Amino acid sequence: MSWTLVADVVAAIFLLCGAFLAFAAGVGVVRFPDLLARMHAATKPQVLGLILVLIALGLRLRSWSAVGMLVLVVIFQLMTSPVAAHMVGRAGYRTGKVRPDLLVLDDLTADQEAADREKDVADREAAARAEDAEGDGGTRRG
Amino acid sequence: MIVVVLICAVLLASAATLAVVRAEKGPSMLDRTIALDVFTTTLVGTIALEAAWSRRTETIPILVVLSLVGFVGSVTIARFASVEPEGEGRIKTREEIAAEEAERLAAEEGEQEKAVDPEHGAEHEPDALHEVEEAAAPEVDGTTGPEEARS
Repeated sequence: MSWTLVADVVAAIFLLCGAFLAFAAGVGVVRFPDLLARMHAATKPQVLGLILVLIALGLRLRSWSAVGMLVLVVIFQLMTSPVAAHMVGRAGYRTGKVRPDLLVLDDLTADQEAADREKDVADREAAARAEDAEGDGGTRRG
Repeated sequence: MIVVVLICAVLLASAATLAVVRAEKGPSMLDRTIALDVFTTTLVGTIALEAAWSRRTETIPILVVLSLVGFVGSVTIARFASVEPEGEGRIKTREEIAAEEAERLAAEEGEQEKAVDPEHGAEHEPDALHEVEEAAAPEVDGTTGPEEARS
């Protein structure tokens, strides 16, 4: 039982796990009911599945230059997929593609409403202050 | 190894098929974005699988490129194409396309007649011709604008 055989077996297991995660993501993307659930399903192969498959590839290739490139791929994916998911989720929320009846907890809508109320109050106060200032100026001029 | 590779290939192929199914059905543009993200990841997995099977290193740069291109695509769609008009998220039937085409042709012919008539009638009054042309210009924008925006 040599070192290379062990590496090959581990690589095969990781490849199977990565491919299974990709398959699970495909099933989830088709079957889940709304945008956020589909995003949740789609994230699995994007990070964990990719890392598993690339570790398997590194174990099969066994050369440091290839491993460097694979680490680069993982770093890119880890940096970019949260940004993309954030932008997709925000666009979905703002265009009303999130179904509120499927959410357990909806902090964003509550916070948004609170912020809107605060802004309304501040606007009204500012308007009242501006009117007061105008009135004062008028009396002084008069 | 060959058995493992075959199982992985079947799993990845069905994942790609399911992603394409969602991209076709997807009620909104964002669902399609997610489905195409899954498709890109499956593509990366397939290329990595092939490289692992035949122990080749030439295809690894493709993985770097794919992981970046997928990001640019989904961010672009989320930023610029997520707001779509009502009823644009589905594919039109042939009858609808034919009806729209006929409408557009009729509108164009009507405009041509409008544009031709004053030229014949207003040969001696160039000022009147300019006025008519200026009046017709906003109409042209109004009819072509939304279609350009949709495409």
